[in-house]
Amino acid sequence: MSEKIDAYAHPERLVTTDWLAEHLADDDVVLLESDEDVLLYDTGHIPGALKLDWHTDLNDPLTRDYVGGERFAQVMGERGIGRGTTVVIYGDKSNWWAAYALWVLTLFGHEDVRLLDGGRAKWVEEGRELTTEVPEVTPVDYPVVERDDSAVRAFKADVLDHLGQPMVDVRSPGEFSGELLHMPDYPQEGAMRGGHIPGAKSVPWARAANEDGTFRSREELEQIYLTEQGLDPSDDVVAYCRIGERSSHTWFVLTHLLGFGTVRNYDGSWTEWGNSVGVPVER
Amino acid sequence: MPEQTDSDRADLPEAMAELAEDFHAVSQPERLQLLLELSRELPALPERYVGQLDKMERVDECQSPLFLAVEVEDDADRTVRLFFDAPAEAPTTRGFAGILHEGLDGLTARQVLDVPDDAPYRFGLAEAVSPLRMRGMVGMLGRIKRQVRLRSEALSAAGESA
Repeated sequence: MSEKIDAYAHPERLVTTDWLAEHLADDDVVLLESDEDVLLYDTGHIPGALKLDWHTDLNDPLTRDYVGGERFAQVMGERGIGRGTTVVIYGDKSNWWAAYALWVLTLFGHEDVRLLDGGRAKWVEEGRELTTEVPEVTPVDYPVVERDDSAVRAFKADVLDHLGQPMVDVRSPGEFSGELLHMPDYPQEGAMRGGHIPGAKSVPWARAANEDGTFRSREELEQIYLTEQGLDPSDDVVAYCRIGERSSHTWFVLTHLLGFGTVRNYDGSWTEWGNSVGVPVER
Repeated sequence: MPEQTDSDRADLPEAMAELAEDFHAVSQPERLQLLLELSRELPALPERYVGQLDKMERVDECQSPLFLAVEVEDDADRTVRLFFDAPAEAPTTRGFAGILHEGLDGLTARQVLDVPDDAPYRFGLAEAVSPLRMRGMVGMLGRIKRQVRLRSEALSAAGESA
């Protein structure tokens, strides 16, 4: 792939823009764009890409949870994705939502799912082609697979059990310290309490990314997470942010780039913890 | 959720009620396209605000940074002028701003203050973009009304002391 990518623990999880340009037309590759902004895809996207929206496609409309097996099969199948398809995901904001989507696909055990290093911004910056043409898809059958939350997802009860073990808070320093940023008439929305889960290390997600949105090299990532933070790939780690999207980015870094064996994303994150009665908070 | 009826739009200012009608007349995917058109039509900042983000109010409820400026003219009607700045990579936020610009710019302060706070939910967009994303537009409207109120009061106070 490239010298940089080959150095990661699981290089098969990342593709370069060059690789993507060469494989856009492959029958067994489906490209998905997953953005924070639900309209960004419609302004122009990589030729052949289909939209996958984190709200309307991956979240259950009623319960605060991800979709179930049947709906997931529908979302995949109508995009021409089969169980064996290579799915490449890219998006805005240094791939936050792309990493989030990849993590949700992991909950359903989809084996071959990769990120485009640098995401949408890098493709655009390189002056590569964008189109507003939505590709026609021949739907395929995706099997109904039930979600397995046990391996890579943490719920509040799991986090309570995990207190005292390695935890990474990937929010900004202001969110971590619990400072409130609000102006008159606008009390801080989102959480009743500010601060962080006791014992969590503050490693803002963006430290894992270069200016152009690509991931930092393995050596640089090891310097941050291993040397500086004292984490070890054999550790059992929980990552969280506000709603679980930025921590998906860090989950990807620890799991696929550094080869940590047990990393769970706590998607309830601060919007659950900071609103929960009786849970410990540190400032 | 039941479709909204015309009476649900009766308390909206005319231009906003027309927009709401346009949105309700089309399917969900077409609503997104309409929102995209509005995002493209959002006027660029006038020169006096270009590079002057510190003179504008940041709307934190939006997922992507949006800056807002509200002017209330010192005329009999207290005419309201709205200015928005949001990056091209945030078309949904720009679209929300486009709705508010087309619906409210040029109205009187009284008319803007009378806009119901739930107006953002009258366009049938919650299902198309997801309810969580609607918070940005609710935040923009709340901040617009707050600034209109403050600026109108300041103008009235200045008028009385003159």
